[in-house]
Amino acid sequence: MTRTRFTGVQRLIHWTMAVGIVAMLFIGVGMISTIAPDYVPLITLHRTLGAALFLLVLVRICVRLFQGAPPLPASLPPVMRLGAKLSHWALYGLMIVMPLLGWGMMSAAAYPVVLFGGIRLPPILPQSDALHTLLWAAHRWLAFAFFALILLHLAAALFHALVRRDGVFEAMAPLPRRDNEAA
Amino acid sequence: MSRPSPSRNPFIPLAVIALVVAGSAAAFAYTAGWLSPQRLTPTKVVAALAPPGGPALGHRRNHAKGICFTGEFQSNGNGAALSTAQVFTPGTYPVLGRFNLATPNPNAADATVRVRGMGLQITTPDGDVWRSAMIDAPVFAVSTPQAFYELLQSAPKGAEAMKAFIGRHPEFTAFAGWAGTAPWTSSYAEDPFNGLNSFLFTDSAGTSRAVRWSLRPEATPVPIAPDELAKRGPNYLEQEIAQRVAGAPQRWTMVVTVAEPGDNTADPSKAWPQGRRTVEVGTLVVKQVEAEANGPCRDINFDPAILPRGIRVSDDPFPAARSAAYARSYDQRTAESKYYPRTPVTGGAKP
Repeated sequence: MTRTRFTGVQRLIHWTMAVGIVAMLFIGVGMISTIAPDYVPLITLHRTLGAALFLLVLVRICVRLFQGAPPLPASLPPVMRLGAKLSHWALYGLMIVMPLLGWGMMSAAAYPVVLFGGIRLPPILPQSDALHTLLWAAHRWLAFAFFALILLHLAAALFHALVRRDGVFEAMAPLPRRDNEAA
Repeated sequence: MSRPSPSRNPFIPLAVIALVVAGSAAAFAYTAGWLSPQRLTPTKVVAALAPPGGPALGHRRNHAKGICFTGEFQSNGNGAALSTAQVFTPGTYPVLGRFNLATPNPNAADATVRVRGMGLQITTPDGDVWRSAMIDAPVFAVSTPQAFYELLQSAPKGAEAMKAFIGRHPEFTAFAGWAGTAPWTSSYAEDPFNGLNSFLFTDSAGTSRAVRWSLRPEATPVPIAPDELAKRGPNYLEQEIAQRVAGAPQRWTMVVTVAEPGDNTADPSKAWPQGRRTVEVGTLVVKQVEAEANGPCRDINFDPAILPRGIRVSDDPFPAARSAAYARSYDQRTAESKYYPRTPVTGGAKP
C-alpha cells in the first residue's frame, strides 16, 4: 500500500525548518540594513540558527533517503511534475549551501564564528579578499533566490490545497486531514 | 483523491494565494528597509564617510591611513576580578594591531588629522578573539550613531551648518574643546588610546559591571605644534613609530575604569566622574611595525563587537553601529583590493 503522507518525523522537520529558514531570511535582510543595537544579537542569532539548520538538513536528507516520499498524484500535469521536482532539488541545494557560504564568508574575512553560548566554530577557509567577496555575493543573491523559491513553493502548496485539492498539500500538512471536508 | 472540481469558482482561491504571496514579499521588503528610505543603514553611514571625490578604493572607509604592528599583551591578572575572559588571567597573549589616523584619505598628511587611533586584536589559547578600535580623544564627538551621521553630513557644509549641528548636539563641545586645545605629539608611542564605549565585564560570580578601557603610554608625551609636525613630512608618524619600535619595544598600560550606578554608560561623549575605580590589567607591548599593504593588520576588521567570553556589549549603541558599518567597509574594500596592491612598488615610500 502506498503512503499518501510524509511521516510524522518528516513533517516535523519540514515545518521546523520552514519556520527557521523564513526567520533566517528575515533576520538576514533586517540585520544588514540596520545600525541599531539589535544588530549584535541578530547576527549571533543568524549564525546560531544557520548552524542548527545545517545540522537539521543533514538529518532531513538521511530521513528522506530512508523513508522516501509519497508519490505525486497521477493527475498532475507533466509540467507541474517537473516544476515540483526541480524546485525541490533547488530547495535542498540552498538548504545545504547557504550555511556553508555563510560560514565560509566569515572564515574568509578572518571573523571569529561565535554562536550563542560562546560556542566557536573553526574557520573553514583562510582569509582571502577574493573568496570573501565571492562567497558574500553568493550568500546574498542566493538568499533572495531562496526567498523567491519559498514564495513559489508556498503558492504551489496553496494551489494544491485550494484549487487542485489533490492531496499534495495534505501530504505535508502539519495536522491530519479532515476527510471529505470538500464535497 | 479528488479531481479538480470544474464547478468551483477558482477566482477566490487564486486571489487568496496572490494575497499571501504579495503580503509575504511586502513583509520581506519592509524588513530589508526597502520601504523605509529614512532608515539609517550601514551603507548610508559608510557612504557619508567618503570625501567629496569618493572613497579611496581598497582602503578602510575611515581611519584609512595606518600601519600594522604585532606584539603581546602581558596580563597581570588584576582584570580577572572583573571578567572571566582568559585575556585577564596572568600570561602573555599575542597581539596584532594598527596605528591609524581618523581620515578617509590614506594619503593624508599627518599634521592635517587631529584624531589618531589604534586597532587592537588580542587572541587567547581558548580560541577567543578580542578586537577593539580606540582613539586618542578622551570623549567621543557625539552621543548617538544618528548624531554621528548628522555630523558627517554637516561638517562638509561649512561653519553655518556646524553651528546648527552643535545647536542640536551640544555634547559636541566637549570633543571640540579637546580637539582645539589638547597638545599634539610627534609619536603614536606618546598617545593614549581610549575605548570610549562602555562594555559589560562579567566576573566568575556572574556579576556584570559596565566598564571602559584605555591604553596609557609609557613614553612621556612631548608636545609639538601641528606646524612643526607638518615640517617633518607627511608620513612622519609612520616612519617614527617604525624606527622607535625597531630600537625598543613600546608599551602602554591597559586601564579598566568601572562605572558606578547612575553613570551614563550609553553615551561615549560623556566622561564618567573622577574617582571611579580603575584597574590596571596589563601591558601592551608593541614589538614590530610593518607597512599595511602587505602587513598582518590589513585583513583584519577591528570590529568592536568581536569580544571574548566574559565581555559583552552594554547599552552603549555605538559598538553595534560601528560593527555594522565596519562590516560594510570591510566588504567594500576587500572587493576592491586590486586597487590597493599588496606588494608596494619598489621605492614607493607610502602606498
